[in-house]
Amino acid sequence: MAVSEQQTYVGSPVARKEDPELLTGQARFIDDIVIAGMVWMAVVRSPYAHARILSVDLTAAREAEGVVAAFAGADLSDQWAGGLPCAWPVTEDIKLATHWPLAVDKARYAGDGVAVVIAESRALAKDAAELVHVEYEQLPAVSNVEAALGDDAPILHDELGTNHCYTWKLEAGESERLFAEAAVTVKERYYQNRLIPNAIEPRGVIVQPVPTQGEYTMWSATQIPHILRTTLTLVTGISEAKLRIIAPDVGGGFGSKLDVYAEEALCLALARKLGRPIKWIEERSEAYVATIHGRDVVQEIELAATADGTITAVRVRLTAAMGAYLQLVTPGIPILGAWLYGGCYAVQGYDFECVGVYTNTTPTDAYRGAGRPEATYAIERAVDALARKLEVDPVELRRKNFIREFPATIAAGLTIDSGDYEASLDKALAMVDYEGVRAEQAERRERGDRKQLGIGFSTYVEMCGLAPSRILGAIRYVAGGWDAATIRFLPTGTVQAIVGTSPHGQGHVTTFSQVVADRLGVPIEAVEVIHGDTMVSPLGMDTYGSRSLTVGGVSLWQAADKVVAKAKSIVAHQFEVDDADLREANGTFTLAGTDKTMTVAEAAFAAWTAHNLPDGMEPGLEATAVYDPANFSWPGGTHIAVVEVDTETGSVDIRRYVAVDDLGVVVNPMIVDGQVAGGIAQGVAQALFEEALYDDEANLLTSNMVTYMVPSAAELPKFEIDRTETRATDNPLGVKGVGETGTIASPPAVMNALADALSPFGVFDIAMPATPERVWRALEEAR
Amino acid sequence: MRRVSLAVNGVRHELDLEPRELLVYVLRERLGLTGTNVGCDTSSCGACTVLLNGESVKSCTLLGVQADGTELTTIEGLADNGTLHPMQQAFHEQHGLQCGYCTPGMVLAAISLLAENPDPSEDEIRHGLEGNLCRCTGYQNIVKAVRAAAAVA
Repeated sequence: MAVSEQQTYVGSPVARKEDPELLTGQARFIDDIVIAGMVWMAVVRSPYAHARILSVDLTAAREAEGVVAAFAGADLSDQWAGGLPCAWPVTEDIKLATHWPLAVDKARYAGDGVAVVIAESRALAKDAAELVHVEYEQLPAVSNVEAALGDDAPILHDELGTNHCYTWKLEAGESERLFAEAAVTVKERYYQNRLIPNAIEPRGVIVQPVPTQGEYTMWSATQIPHILRTTLTLVTGISEAKLRIIAPDVGGGFGSKLDVYAEEALCLALARKLGRPIKWIEERSEAYVATIHGRDVVQEIELAATADGTITAVRVRLTAAMGAYLQLVTPGIPILGAWLYGGCYAVQGYDFECVGVYTNTTPTDAYRGAGRPEATYAIERAVDALARKLEVDPVELRRKNFIREFPATIAAGLTIDSGDYEASLDKALAMVDYEGVRAEQAERRERGDRKQLGIGFSTYVEMCGLAPSRILGAIRYVAGGWDAATIRFLPTGTVQAIVGTSPHGQGHVTTFSQVVADRLGVPIEAVEVIHGDTMVSPLGMDTYGSRSLTVGGVSLWQAADKVVAKAKSIVAHQFEVDDADLREANGTFTLAGTDKTMTVAEAAFAAWTAHNLPDGMEPGLEATAVYDPANFSWPGGTHIAVVEVDTETGSVDIRRYVAVDDLGVVVNPMIVDGQVAGGIAQGVAQALFEEALYDDEANLLTSNMVTYMVPSAAELPKFEIDRTETRATDNPLGVKGVGETGTIASPPAVMNALADALSPFGVFDIAMPATPERVWRALEEAR
Repeated sequence: MRRVSLAVNGVRHELDLEPRELLVYVLRERLGLTGTNVGCDTSSCGACTVLLNGESVKSCTLLGVQADGTELTTIEGLADNGTLHPMQQAFHEQHGLQCGYCTPGMVLAAISLLAENPDPSEDEIRHGLEGNLCRCTGYQNIVKAVRAAAAVA
């Protein structure tokens, strides 16, 4: 390979290596796995949102056909070394509720597990679960996050004596003075609708025990095999070294599989107790209550500005629903947005407070974006409110306040390494033809058209690539934020790239292959990416928070660097020259001043035979690197929505959707555009379609795919996607995260467009999701 | 138990089925054809879509016994000796899949769509695939893939 040949794969839309098995039915998802002798688990769930468990009668279930065993929560107390973990106790005085895998004394949300049945088949387990008779004393329940703080609210966790979980604050700059001196202020209140993640594959788990050895293999539809192993050791007391966790093909996650669930602990403990393989597959309607939800946050945001529109300070008060228990990172989710309520604007004063509250609902936790869609929504909508008050163009108000110098330390205290918000704004404005849209809008307003037009902006920055370990420690997250990868050359020149991240649709196998193939100068087909198995991968931190490329991919790059460095010493030894006499490019070493070359792959063979290595060098060509990121990743950009609102019916149609994102260096533009499009779809869904609703007794009303509106292709528009590129300066690949940008940027773009369309009617805000009924009612009230 | 005769991907099977067995579990658990996935329990998501006598059906909505005497095509029956069906190839080239869980159903629904309307507009594709949910792609590249497959057909 010629020395001048650089970056053959990075930057190219390489078709995915993952696809053939997924397209032909050869993929192996959790429900496709069958273990000889396995039995099935079914969970009996509370129909009440809040109820004392008076008795659990398992007699009929135990006598039913095919039943192996049945247990109530109290029967399993000897199985647990600890409760289900919360790894992010955000304050010193946070009130941590104990969370057993099965409720023992009380059920605290509709869907809380109270008993399990193990039977010889899926159907028999389900049949027998219906024979479990639980006697409940129903208690008053509360699902509204603000009502749960009221004096007369029912208390979920008696031992805590309150539903208040924590109060977390971040203050910087002189926000009080800046607000007192402000020529203009705006104060807005928003509610982040509760969302249900709905990965199309429900969860599932299988545990195969080797009882005599005390060994357990678990397959789980999870994003986090490594974290799961560590935490399940803490829950069950099973030695971490005896527990292997495998994430098979996983059918989407979006944060919902970034958790340690009761069913995983139950299958593991019961496989130990019964000595048999156990399988549990979640049904969709079960998933609606048993898998975490997202959002459910009341937001108050105030902006202070000078008369000329310079935003000086921001003040934020959040009331965030935890749900009935704290799942893995529940309390930290609103805090992940805590630094972003100033958006990409150069504010000086910052005053943030978040109150976490227990409610009788399914626990909330990370759902795509996790804290950052909430923050972006609040600041982007509030900037539009300020523009209306100042009677200035929302584009110009944004432009005036952009952060322009990088690295930029923001008021909230972190440092953005790179960005160019104006470049993406200008590109997006050109794509959408801003003046043309405004002209059409004016015409329609002029003639009183039934269908009004609105244009909405979201100029955003977000922080992802979780995260520098020291910062995680400082904000009381229990684990680190590093990741690890191993590069191993096999004798025939193929490469194993073994990573600590764990994909579920993101295309890591392809993206990582591109990075490795370029660095090592091997064909992409020669790279085999291996992931998702704690037995074979280096200790890693898994996949969430748009971290896999910005952290895991960098560790892979660094491992490849180590391999190249060792190969260089081997080549120098074989050429009988100094290392310094060799030039390396794209995996090929050339002896300076000659045409004598040797590739890394050839050095790998020499390393394997070990016949002629430098004195003291270990045979083999393999290296592991662990990378702790120096900073978060800070993607940003501009999203613009153009909506048409039917003022007679309230229906909202997205006419155009333009997204220009700055994602740093792009490894695979096809995959990146796919991530952006999918992210926008979920954000548009929050804005227009999706909401989990509870009734007065805290029963979930939107409890299946019929009543909860996951959009189909017919409800969504085409997205016009482009990019700008400022290289990330805090990692050697120059990459930024992409997994969540679309979900973060899009809700305020859509809702600002809607408010823009309705402002002539005196309607400036509609609650999400902006259903036709809500829009129509708002217009009727204003008329 | 009832004796049922099914031709699946060109292979005939004689099965004794319980009346309550859903077709999707007959395919997955009796015949080992696990490419057909289950995504919901309300016939909403379409992950389990297969072709029955050439038309797309949600196999979680049919009982196995109702399929007696029919010919079925599942995702495993599309590729021909390792060559992908044009629709599979289009999904691959246009990045019409991410996690791949909805993909078998989506591909079969798309094939059925083109059988009825060989040259659909973007809007017709979006409405034609209304019964199949994807949570990863935002449908953008699925629509492109179906257009591309229509162009080569």
